[in-house]
Amino acid sequence: MIINHPLLGPRDAQEFTYLGDASLLARPDWQADDAADAFHDYLYLRDNPAGFHRELWFHEQGDRSWLVVTRDTVTHEISNVELARDVARAQGGRT
Amino acid sequence: MRYSGFKVIKEALTGHKGWTPAWRTPAPQKKYDIVIIGGGGHGLATAFYLAKKYQEKSIAVLEKGWIGGGNVGRNTTIIRSNYLLDGNEPFYEMSLKMWETLEQDLNYNAMVSQRGILNLVHSDAQRDAARRRGNAMILNGSDAELLDTEGVRKLYPFLNFDNQRFPIKGGLLHRRGGTVRHDAVAWGYARGADQHGVDIIQNCEVTGFRIESGVCKGVETSLGFIGANKVGCAVAGSSGRLMAKAGMRLPIESHVLQAFVSEGLKPVLPGVITYGAGHFYCSQSDKGGLVFGGDIDGYNSYAQRGNLPVVEDVIESGMSLIPALGRVRLLRGWGGIMDMSMDGSPFIDKTHIDGLYFNGGWCYGGFKATPASGLCFAHLLSTDQPHEVAQAYRLDRFRTGHMIDEKGQGAQPNLH
Repeated sequence: MIINHPLLGPRDAQEFTYLGDASLLARPDWQADDAADAFHDYLYLRDNPAGFHRELWFHEQGDRSWLVVTRDTVTHEISNVELARDVARAQGGRT
Repeated sequence: MRYSGFKVIKEALTGHKGWTPAWRTPAPQKKYDIVIIGGGGHGLATAFYLAKKYQEKSIAVLEKGWIGGGNVGRNTTIIRSNYLLDGNEPFYEMSLKMWETLEQDLNYNAMVSQRGILNLVHSDAQRDAARRRGNAMILNGSDAELLDTEGVRKLYPFLNFDNQRFPIKGGLLHRRGGTVRHDAVAWGYARGADQHGVDIIQNCEVTGFRIESGVCKGVETSLGFIGANKVGCAVAGSSGRLMAKAGMRLPIESHVLQAFVSEGLKPVLPGVITYGAGHFYCSQSDKGGLVFGGDIDGYNSYAQRGNLPVVEDVIESGMSLIPALGRVRLLRGWGGIMDMSMDGSPFIDKTHIDGLYFNGGWCYGGFKATPASGLCFAHLLSTDQPHEVAQAYRLDRFRTGHMIDEKGQGAQPNLH
């Protein structure tokens, strides 16, 4: 697989390590009343779709940036690559 | 029809006209007591034990394609009982004991071959870990023998003992481990289940569940609605996709694992060996091909094929362990989809929906578990109680802190 890095252009997926579903960017509020349940779901449960999946890749052998890659889990086709920083900002997270 | 040597000779002399299909092809009934989704090894074994041991009378197995076409036909055929943790080892030891009598129970030749599994060690720390694991295995009724370098050399003189970085310092030998003809397991269980009245319905895809007031009433399929008092799901690899139809999210990611087979060779590898310094394991099939594999590719996938970096990685590991592999031509490589769970261990449990039961999360170790998984899932479906050796395989174990993490990796499925 080739990942089209937003800053560096097309790079071999071998340079990256994989973390998992991009929902991991949205960390629950630890002060909420249901924090224990929310963290259980956040840490352990996954949508695991067959089809388009937004996921976190880390450019370990490159510029060490985190990316959100949208990839089809049935065909391995990659349709979108964003910097995780930008995605987190858009979701209202701190950077 | 009972199979026997006498029957083979009789048929050979009379033109093979007396053989009949090994299982029927029934049309689905409107309702069953128990419907099993998934006609793989685990689903067929579950149906077989439900009918034979638990005397259930009305059972169907629904299979999207043809039986045995998924992971039971794609694995590297290894059986073993060499786990460390209490939640796992009694289960896998029961499974190995069941493999030992499987062919008599099924009257079917599954070519069970207890040729021994050798896990190599390359350092003092690994030897300590192997000794600890061996002791845990022996305490649970399994067998283990710690070999030194000379002990390994006697069995496998052609290994790369003097590798500069990872010299072979010994190994943990599990003599009762071995290999089984994987397709024959699916066919043997299917035939056995069918003889006990189970309807095996192929080309019948489950498209949804009918759930009313928190109770599962049956399944919607490509052949119409099929009612059921209890529905058991055994579709490891596609568990996420299936259970989403019941509105469930699971502690599972689907990943692709590749395996490879070489051209046929004369007998060179008498048992199964695993490399301790890379992820590589290898055995020789009865046809002569070297069957080997390594790590999963490491990203979510439902494609039954992987990518080249892992091919290179597996073959590099193989070459560093068995330099002679370099003279062998690779014949085929393929991929299968694994339910990678959050702690590397499986689930056999009820769900929060009444009448809906789940079996999955087998990571890449489901084949060896087939008999015990079938028996324990049948026990749960029939009695509503977990089987003694499968009590730890709960879906809520992450909430309660009872993870069964053999590798100690934490909630990162691609590392198990």
